[in-house]
Amino acid sequence: MRTALAFLRNTWRGLTAMRTALTLLFLLALGAMPGALLPQRSLNSFKVDEYIADNGWWGRFLDRLQFFDVYASFWFSAIYVLLFVSLVGCLLPRTWEYFKQMRAKPVLTPRNLARMPHHASAGTTASPRDVIERAERRLKGWRTVTRDEPDGARTISAERGFLRETGNLVFHFSLLGLLIAFALGKMLGYEGQVIVQANGGQFCNSGVYNYDTFRPGLRVDGTRLNQFCVRVDDFDATYLHNGQAESFHAAIHYQSGADLENGTWRPYPLEVNSPLRTAGDRLYLLGHGYTPLFTVTFPNGETRTGATQWRPVNQVTLASEGATKFDPPNVPDAEQRRKSQLAITGLLAPTAVFQGELLDSAFPAANDPAVAIDVYRGDLGTDSGRGQSIFSIDQKMVQDGKLTKVARQNLTQGEQLTLDDGTVIRFDGVRDWVSLQVSHDPTQVWVLLFSVLVILGLAVSLSIKRRRVWVRATPQEDGRTVVEVGGLARTDQAGYGEEFTALSRDLLADRAEPADRPADALAVRADKEDS
Amino acid sequence: MPVNATLATYSDWTYGAAVAIYFFAAVLYLCEAAFARPAKARELAGAVAAGGKQADGTWTPGLVAQPERRSRAERLGRMGAALTVLGALLQATSLVLRGFATERAPWGNMYEYGSLLTLAAVVTWLVLSRTFDVRKLGGFVLVPIVILMFLGGTVLYADAAPVQPALQSYWLVVHVSVISVSSGVLLVPGVASVLYLLKTSGRARFTKLPDADVLDRLAYRSTVFAFPLFTIGIICGAIWAEAAWGRFWGWDPKETVAFVSWVVFAAYLHARATAGWRGRPAAWINSLGFALTVFNLFFINLVTTGLHSYAGVG
Ligand code: HEM
Repeated sequence: MRTALAFLRNTWRGLTAMRTALTLLFLLALGAMPGALLPQRSLNSFKVDEYIADNGWWGRFLDRLQFFDVYASFWFSAIYVLLFVSLVGCLLPRTWEYFKQMRAKPVLTPRNLARMPHHASAGTTASPRDVIERAERRLKGWRTVTRDEPDGARTISAERGFLRETGNLVFHFSLLGLLIAFALGKMLGYEGQVIVQANGGQFCNSGVYNYDTFRPGLRVDGTRLNQFCVRVDDFDATYLHNGQAESFHAAIHYQSGADLENGTWRPYPLEVNSPLRTAGDRLYLLGHGYTPLFTVTFPNGETRTGATQWRPVNQVTLASEGATKFDPPNVPDAEQRRKSQLAITGLLAPTAVFQGELLDSAFPAANDPAVAIDVYRGDLGTDSGRGQSIFSIDQKMVQDGKLTKVARQNLTQGEQLTLDDGTVIRFDGVRDWVSLQVSHDPTQVWVLLFSVLVILGLAVSLSIKRRRVWVRATPQEDGRTVVEVGGLARTDQAGYGEEFTALSRDLLADRAEPADRPADALAVRADKEDS
Repeated sequence: MPVNATLATYSDWTYGAAVAIYFFAAVLYLCEAAFARPAKARELAGAVAAGGKQADGTWTPGLVAQPERRSRAERLGRMGAALTVLGALLQATSLVLRGFATERAPWGNMYEYGSLLTLAAVVTWLVLSRTFDVRKLGGFVLVPIVILMFLGGTVLYADAAPVQPALQSYWLVVHVSVISVSSGVLLVPGVASVLYLLKTSGRARFTKLPDADVLDRLAYRSTVFAFPLFTIGIICGAIWAEAAWGRFWGWDPKETVAFVSWVVFAAYLHARATAGWRGRPAAWINSLGFALTVFNLFFINLVTTGLHSYAGVG
């Protein structure tokens, strides 16, 4: 029992020692680094898979050790939990000490002021009482105590810069608060993304199923999302000559709160850098792309139009790829229908350039859209039970021979092609889509608040020096008085020298003559630092 | 938004001129460092220095000026210092011209960012060398600056142009300027700490360097100034990220490395207050922080891709 207690106490002492804190700080820095150098799942899971595939056992080994989820890994968590335990262990005694010191009087004047890092002395004819009175006046704003010593000398000990401790404690406590707020935000928040057509397409934050991707915090089950709806009426972008984007603007309407009941839609210009903040959530314009419009006229004369978003594969020219899929009309028999589904895949160029037959995009704006398409007919695999991407066709069905390519052609806007069975496919042009992100983080204002406190605390604690100065006026036998000044900066802070020099000059000014040892008078070791 | 090509051209010229002038200044400084007698010998020879630290710690330029007694090395150093001031003025002009040419804050791409950073480093150096008697070290500060500026003006050069939508925010003005200025200031303690390590390595070759104590205080003072600034820069970045990218912190590579260097600089401050870690260990930590800052500027921008690569909206 005793040894157990001793062990606990030693562990605690070890953990809260400054050395340990320093080591843990290093480990934190070291531990965070792989996250910048290796791909991370939270940012790009596709790249992680690629990396693992490219690096064989090494990739799998890193994966086992959670190197692709650094900031959620057990070891990273262990480091920061330990660091914060250490911080708490450090802060508690320091806070206690702080309150004790706040009430304590400045310490006794040391016997030998000449031994202080800063020191000056001079002689005067004024009495010790007068000298100290003047010093008291000069030391306004300092915390001072005047004391008489048994040999008739009179001293002042003065202290200044207590605010430094305050700043330092504020800083460290705010760090603690910051971490807690950050962690709570990760637990209570969510983030979802969705693509919406920019011709009046709507999205409501009423359930997880409305999203294309949704990332809930640990404590979010997706059942109680903040209610609001948005309608994207229009999108426009402007570009420089070199294709660099100059502005994005989505004209949206939204409704939340009471508006949901009475059906009011409020306008908002959604732009990059200016999210919509409503119902406790934020709505962002993340990106945009194009939806090619195809009209298919089936042999029986019926027409269908397809408007499925394609995704940009080149972020500069917005060349996009995707798959627009059709079910044949009036085929009630599932078996039959599965033989005659259609898919149009390929490349979409908002501003077409052809190199021979090869299509590419020259510019991100939809100036002259064209598509280079493959048309497939057969079974798209929608009933196969395998997950289907909306951006591509199921290659397995192609390999199995159930889906076959029946045409390949380039189409500019308005052009059409005819399949062997008489089906006509026309490319009608493009429409914009926008990708939106909804984010919810109930604690982020707390994070902000603590960050501001971190800065304030830091600025105070680094700019204010905790320093002491003592004055001793000792009466001499010949009736004169020797005045000595000593100074000490209590914290590691360069620059006390200048202040001390000015102070000691004032305190020793107007003295009749220098002290016995003239060479020593004003011998201020201005730049010597204590630490 | 049209770009004023004439102003942009003048901006490029002044930038080039600044690099050239810094280069000459660096050469002059290095000559001074090479020909000056070691600090010890100078002290023994009496107060040769015209102007300098007085016994009471005040700086009195020219008060005890005895030009005829200035050594040739010192004259070279003074010329170097004057050239450095001229270079800084030209570089500042180049930034201002670019700002007018593009009608936005002139730190929207790596070239401009690098220029602001190096300018901050030069200005910090000039300010500090008024307080500390370290002019001869100018060469060691200017050499990395000339290299950075040369790379900036060639490899990383970008034509004057408007920035893309994600950067069109007043946070660009705040976040990027604060981060680059603080990184620039941090270059100085980085150099000072490296020199400190050389000086205290015990090799005779480095005896000409100023006192270890002076280098140490130089490093500490500038770090203490830059660290809160750097913290503000990171926090402004987070505020901006909340508006532009949908979250205030997402472990983007650049955010991560900024965090890591922040932790390293915090470790430096702690080391200075921890028995057994003062002196060389602390200087190592500070040098590491500096290395990380440069790494963040180059590696993360050029090699990895993240949101900071400013490619497209998504
Ligand atoms: C996330 C972890 C931590 C960070 C980022 C951090 C950061 C800082 C910074 C930037 C300073 C500089 C302020 C100054 O020099 O006055 C400082 C000072 C200080 N920290 Fe921490 N700290 C952390 C954890 C700790 C821990 C765990 C301890 C205790 C073991 C501790 C004890 C101290 C002390 C005693 C000072 C005052 C040093 C001085 O007076 O110069 N810190 N801290």
